Amino acid sequence: MTAADEALERVTQVPGVRGSLLISADDGLVVAERLMEGIDGRAVAALAASLVQRLGRATGGAGLQAPKFVHLRGNAGSVLAAPGGDDLVLVAVVDPDANVGRARIEMLDAVGRLA
Amino acid sequence: MTDDIRTLTARVAEEPSSLAFLELGEALRRRGQLEAAYKVARGGLTRYPALADAHDLVARILGDQGDLAGAFDAWVEALRFDPMRIGALKGIAFLYFRAGDVPAALEHLQRAAEVDPDDESIIQAIGRIRQTMVEEPQVNVGTSQGNGYLAHPPAVPDSAPPAEADEGTFRPESDNGDHGSMLVDGNGLRLSGTVRSPAQEDVGDRVAAELAGVSKEATRTSRLLGLGTWQAIAVEAPDWNLFLVAPTPDTLLLTVRESSLPMARLALVADRAARQAREWLEQHA
Repeated sequence: MTAADEALERVTQVPGVRGSLLISADDGLVVAERLMEGIDGRAVAALAASLVQRLGRATGGAGLQAPKFVHLRGNAGSVLAAPGGDDLVLVAVVDPDANVGRARIEMLDAVGRLA
Repeated sequence: MTDDIRTLTARVAEEPSSLAFLELGEALRRRGQLEAAYKVARGGLTRYPALADAHDLVARILGDQGDLAGAFDAWVEALRFDPMRIGALKGIAFLYFRAGDVPAALEHLQRAAEVDPDDESIIQAIGRIRQTMVEEPQVNVGTSQGNGYLAHPPAVPDSAPPAEADEGTFRPESDNGDHGSMLVDGNGLRLSGTVRSPAQEDVGDRVAAELAGVSKEATRTSRLLGLGTWQAIAVEAPDWNLFLVAPTPDTLLLTVRESSLPMARLALVADRAARQAREWLEQHA
């Protein structure tokens, strides 16, 4: 099992996580994925990359360092993103009742190991 | 010592790194052994400082002990790690209600209802609060509704100063670590407020321009991924936290604080700022 697969495995084991994927931040392409049926990995990757890029520009404009974690919360679920090194972003799509705190910890830890 | 507590105590002793302390702490709390429950919960928190369940447990124990300010802070921590934790939302709503801040109580219950629309207790609590607002709009009511385990008079849970009124500028409340709040329109133009860089430079216009389209991007992402209506974007940057909400469909409110302010508390600050922004927009429409 590769480091990327291990990272995705750990994140998807958190209750309420519908799937996770590793994407390229620059072009929004999928590097590796572990998703439940019905989730379009390419769409998740493109949308998450775009949002993270935009927020990264906003924090840069404020003179801050790049985001280390982003949580887009909707009333029916969330997207979590943890940008890491090598232009990679670990992304998770979670249910509204997911344990976001645990997912966050796993994601930051996994991204740290990938760096 | 009852059998279940004996069994759980043995499990915690055998597997100190397991999450069995949550069950043990809760079992002790239910039996009214609050000191022991607190020790167990704090011990677990030392091992798992980012576990929302543990903060929630501590909050319930402190609530039972009558330390409502402590309970509030613990629930805020729980929300920091799990912004959709219903127990924490209900607990904070109850404390706000007891402190007389009915709109904030209602807002938290509504957030809880959005997380779990089928929870009858939340719907009933919202109904009772709305009825109270109609029947006794000026009264600080202290009924025993809510989660039911807080039986003492309330402490005011948030000591943040009130917002300053100003006819020309939208100024949300300010506190330590405040690096600004700013209202931006859909074209990335600053409507009011400001954001300062770590060097205290006004970077409002620059940031506003970069935020152009974030709301649409969030709407598109939420719709395409089946996340419903987007409600907030929390961004953690080293040393700083940013929180974005949309007070109206055409505007975006950015709140920036140092990361020493827990994200869940920042969410509360942003919620209040969004209410003020809506009022400000209505006045200036």
